[in-house]
Amino acid sequence: MSGDELHTLSIHAARRLLDSRELSAQELTEACLARIDHVESRVSALLTVCAETALAQAAAADRALSSAQAAPMTGIPFIAKDLLCTRGIPTTCGSRILEGFVPPYDATVIERLLDQHAVLLGKANMDEFAMGSSTEHSAYFPTHNPWNLDCVPGGSSGGSAAALAAGEALFTLGSDTGGSIRQPAGFCGVVGLKPTYGRVSRYGLVAFASSLDQIGPFARDVEDCALVMNAIAGQCARDATSAPLAVPDFTACLTNDVRGLRIGVPKEYFIEGMQPEVRHSVEEAIATLERMGASVRRDLSLPSTKYALAAYYIIAPSEASANLARYDGVKYGFARRLATAEESISATRGAGFGQEVKRRIMLGTYALSAGYYDAYYLKAQKVRYLISDEFQKAFKECDVLAMPTSPTVAFPLGSKLNDPMQMYLSDVFTLPVNIAGIPALSLPCGFVGGLPVGLQLMADRFREDLLLKVGHAYEQSTEWHLQRPKM
Amino acid sequence: MVLSNEEVRHIAWLARLGVTDAEVERFREELSVILDHFQSLEELDTRDVPGAPHASLLHNVLRDDVPTASLSSDAVLANAPDTQDSCFRVPPILE
Repeated sequence: MSGDELHTLSIHAARRLLDSRELSAQELTEACLARIDHVESRVSALLTVCAETALAQAAAADRALSSAQAAPMTGIPFIAKDLLCTRGIPTTCGSRILEGFVPPYDATVIERLLDQHAVLLGKANMDEFAMGSSTEHSAYFPTHNPWNLDCVPGGSSGGSAAALAAGEALFTLGSDTGGSIRQPAGFCGVVGLKPTYGRVSRYGLVAFASSLDQIGPFARDVEDCALVMNAIAGQCARDATSAPLAVPDFTACLTNDVRGLRIGVPKEYFIEGMQPEVRHSVEEAIATLERMGASVRRDLSLPSTKYALAAYYIIAPSEASANLARYDGVKYGFARRLATAEESISATRGAGFGQEVKRRIMLGTYALSAGYYDAYYLKAQKVRYLISDEFQKAFKECDVLAMPTSPTVAFPLGSKLNDPMQMYLSDVFTLPVNIAGIPALSLPCGFVGGLPVGLQLMADRFREDLLLKVGHAYEQSTEWHLQRPKM
Repeated sequence: MVLSNEEVRHIAWLARLGVTDAEVERFREELSVILDHFQSLEELDTRDVPGAPHASLLHNVLRDDVPTASLSSDAVLANAPDTQDSCFRVPPILE
């Protein structure tokens, strides 16, 4: 393989070449850094590139490889969403209020990957504090979709999705609170997984909505996704919400056999207003799985689905209003100093936060305030129970649910900025998953006008194995995941 | 659901969020539209629904009360805009 193509390797292919010493970690890292140089001016996926530290990490990886001390992620270059704390490396969360902030610690997922001598190439752009669906709410600049530079990559992990699609790393990490991994994965034609709530430690993930946030991988194929999950999943003493459950080998379920697997297709995810070609691609994908031996039922109904948007836009901003109270210009970040502490804090937050963040802090503050808490937050939590319960019942009769990741393909930059509700509606198929805490996967299943379409699969809590099994089997019969944008 | 400018300013004050007059007006309109959408939740009968259990289904996750290593003060203060004698320094809180 020529040096020009090394950045397109899957993790599993790179692993073989690194272990046999046909390829060095240094060569692979240099290839990715060269790729970043080549495409970044067009994609703008990254806020920070850490070339120096990356090359030092690659050298350490090569030493581990020569002394037969390699681990599954040794020498594999990756990029992390700028919402993840990386020691010694600036972490902005896409916001001006954290401009210049350098975390004194690594997030658990970063630590686990670096312990295996993976190589961190840089930090990816994102909607500010993960609030958005297009990465246009980054305080720094928008990211462009590698498949069509006039279109958004999705959000809030748009930088992570675009970076992978553009070939800047072998995998990337994002976070998903209402769809922020899956929707950009769908828009950028890559695989994206939101694990079960509690499957992956949130220590070091800057908190947006603590009962909804999860870290997850973007990868070129499902096998790579499973390899990253093996490295990052598992209980962590520093995250009290992480599940005390053993981590299986996520590659063990990749049997390419879906015979007898029960797929449910809920009616509520095939609605008026969605792009007909998207519906067609997804229905084709489901038909492919049926031909492979899965049984499909299309009479499933999840009536609470339409309430998930409202429940989410009460719960998430409420939790965010509490989590973002810490940004006050006292301990870190941007600070504006006036005569009193209160004026200073107010001015700091007023100048440091963008419009979408302010909007959501206001919504959340209102929903939690005296006189409104019962009507809004408490009500939304009860609706949450109904939504979770409905999924539980569905999973007694189905192994996975299948539907589109989004109602449309990637939209043009600037087209949804005037109407916040319009932007919120693009997450209508992904939100219910976070509300219920269940895992979900997006994988490429077609194109419309050159833009990727995402197929979304959902499974019961801690059944990532079913998602990976079905996704991997689908990939063996199709080639969508092998397509690359021309860059 | 129509909010008044006064209500918007009150919410901003609760959140210690400095807002300009133009922002107050814009938020008033945008939040009113968003809050209208929440009315749909009233359609659901939730009288017999318990509140949702914690998202993780865990509770009271405790460890032994044994001191463990944490960040050094230097590391903690390194990002602060203003420090003095290993403290964060702020403008006056009280008159």
